[in-house]
Formats: sequence, structure tokens, C-alpha cells
Amino acid sequence: MASEAQQGGLTEYIQHHLTHLSPHVSEGGFWSVHLDSLTVSLALGVLFALWFWTTARKATAGVPGRTQAFIELVVEFVDGQVKDVFHGDRRFLAPLALTVFVWVFLMNAMDLLPVDLLPWILAKFGVGHFRAVPTADVNMTFAMSLTVFVLIIFYSFKAKGVGGYMHELFTAPFGAHPLLWIPNFALNLVELASKPVSLAMRLFGNMYAGELVFMLIAGLLGAGSWALFGLGVIGYTAWGIFHILIISIQAFIFMVLTIVYISMAHDHH
Amino acid sequence: MEFNATLFGEILSFAILIWFCVQFIWPHILNAIEERQKKIAEGLAAAERARTELKDADARVAVEIKKARQQAAEIIDKAQQQANQILDKAREDAVAELNRQKAAAQAEIASMAQRAREQLREQVGSLAVKGAEKIIQREIDASAHKALLDQLAAEI
Repeated sequence: MASEAQQGGLTEYIQHHLTHLSPHVSEGGFWSVHLDSLTVSLALGVLFALWFWTTARKATAGVPGRTQAFIELVVEFVDGQVKDVFHGDRRFLAPLALTVFVWVFLMNAMDLLPVDLLPWILAKFGVGHFRAVPTADVNMTFAMSLTVFVLIIFYSFKAKGVGGYMHELFTAPFGAHPLLWIPNFALNLVELASKPVSLAMRLFGNMYAGELVFMLIAGLLGAGSWALFGLGVIGYTAWGIFHILIISIQAFIFMVLTIVYISMAHDHH
Repeated sequence: MEFNATLFGEILSFAILIWFCVQFIWPHILNAIEERQKKIAEGLAAAERARTELKDADARVAVEIKKARQQAAEIIDKAQQQANQILDKAREDAVAELNRQKAAAQAEIASMAQRAREQLREQVGSLAVKGAEKIIQREIDASAHKALLDQLAAEI
């Protein structure tokens, strides 16, 4: 918000933009929620679900319409990625990958909206803070990665059985000697825990940083000098175009790693 | 970075979205794609089949044409043979008929000539007798010399 930026400078502008809409902003307790992340992610989730669902319901095996052709393109792309990595029943994993890919992409794409647009509109309705990119919220990225983590554990047990998975946790990768049980288990725990953390932090870090760069450049626009304004416009455009690549790649990486982790859970060591 | 209950809300929405996608979106789209793939595969197979069938048909047609040509040639040969036979027979018949008629005519001519000769002989005989009668009317009795005159007539 330009007015606030003038009052408190760039730092306050950015701090304002990095504050979530939350009923208990001041307290910051665990049992508060980020309404902005929740509403935007839900709205995009519903958009994805309804869009794909209405197309899927009308899907014809004959000549497809434009929408159907586009959605089939996405579906076949995702299916191909899953097929390359995972050689088993894809009836769950492939739609999971599709959900991850499209949802993350849509949420990342919120970054392409002008950084002040939604906060400015919502300020008219008395909403003080609004962060439009749910994937720049750790809660969002960890929600997804923890769900994937639960699926990893579930499929590990399902594919290997309780005994088999326990055996693997304690005997791989070093060997089955009793002295090696503890090191094996410790290493496996680290490996296991690193998956959801890296998955969530990678996406969060990229989107958070991207958002921050947008804010810094937007700060130039209100700096009061025409030269800085021009630089800001050019920079914002350039970073926006570059960001199209980043949001696509991050959505793709999140999807591929989800597939890889879950198909690894099926593998026997 | 601050963790709060948003995490649970997002986990719940993520789970619901996954469920919805697994249940209602993925199968429909994949069905359509797979059905179309099947249709295309069937179409290609049908085209391939049609092409081989056409080739077969062409080969069969060629064989049939060859056979028909052969048959036609045979029929023409046979017809020519038959025509020749008919012609030969007609010629033979004609010759035979000619000969028969010629023979009949000759026979008639011969019998007529015979008859004419007989008549002529009789007439010559009677003429000779009449001439002789006139010459030797007085001394020769017709009845006494009849046998002699008949013998003369037979010798002529």
C-alpha cells in the first residue's frame, strides 16, 4: 500500500504485506488460522475441481473440445510422468499427482497478480492484511508435504507389511547385524523426515522469495522518483515473466517428488 | 514462518481435493482418452485390413479376368470348330445330294435312251418290213417271212 509505504518506508510496506489475515494476528497463537491462505487455496481448489469435473463429466471419446483437449493434455502429461517412475496401479497415484500439480500451479500463479491488487481491493472492505499466495505460507506447503508423508508411510506398510517395513527400517542400508540396527534406524528416520521438510521448504522458499522480490520491486514504484519508477516497471515485468517459469517448475517438482517418494515407498530394499 | 491451525485446514482440503480427483475427475478423463485410443487403433486396424482386402480382391480380379479371357478364347475356338464342322457337313451333304440327283438324272436319261432306241428299232424294223414289202410284194408272203424279218429287226 503506497500510503503506508510513504509513512513507514519500505520495511513497513513489506512487513505489512508479509502479515497474514488472521483473527488473532497480535497473539500469533497456534490455534489461529490464516484466513487468506485458507480462502485462496480453497477457492483455487474448488476452481480446479469444478473445472476438471465439469469437463470430465462431459468428456467424449470422440473429437474433444478445446477445454477437454487442454485438460487431456495435462492429464496425459501427468500420467506420463507417473508411468515413467511408478510401475504399478496408477489409479490413486496419478490423480494425486494431477491434484498436486494443478493445485500448486494455481496457487503459485497467484504470485503473478500484482502484489498490491488483492490487498488494495480487500482494504476497501476493511480487511487489513491479505497474502494472496497460499504456497508462500509454510502451513500450506507443510499441509501438502505432511499429507504426502502420511501416504509414504501408508504405502510403505501396505507394500511391505508391518514386519517387512520394520525390518527394512532397522536393517537397511548398512546391514542386518544387531549392532547396526540403531544407526540404520537413525539414518532412516532422518531420510524419512527430510522428505516432507525438503518438499515443503523448497516450495515455500521459492514462493516466499519470489513474493518478496515482487514487493521489493513494487517498493521502487512508490519511491517518488521517475527513474526508479521506470526501473520498477521494467523490473516487475521481467521478474513476472521469469516467475512464470518458476511457478511452473515448482509445481512440476512438487508433483514429481510426490510421485518419486510414493513409488519409492513401494520399492523393496 | 509461523505454524498454526491453518495446517490442519489445508491438510483437510488437500485430502478432500485428492479424494474428489481420484473419484470424479481422473477416471472420466482417462476413460475418454483410452476409449479414443481404442477407437483410433481400431480405425487404423480397419484401414490396414481394408488395404490388404483390396489387394486380395485385386489379385482375385486379375485371376478372374485371366480365366475369363481363357474361357472366351476356348469358346471362340470351339465355335470356329463347330462352324467348320457344320460347313464341312453341309458341303458333304450338298455333294452327296448332287451326286444322288446326278445319278438319278443319268439313270432316267439312260432309260429314256433305251426306250427311244427300242422304239427306233421297232420303227426301223417295221419300216424295213414295209420297204421290203413294197419291193418284193409280189413274191414274198408277209406271214411266211415274218420270222425272218423279226430276226432282222432284232439284229439291228
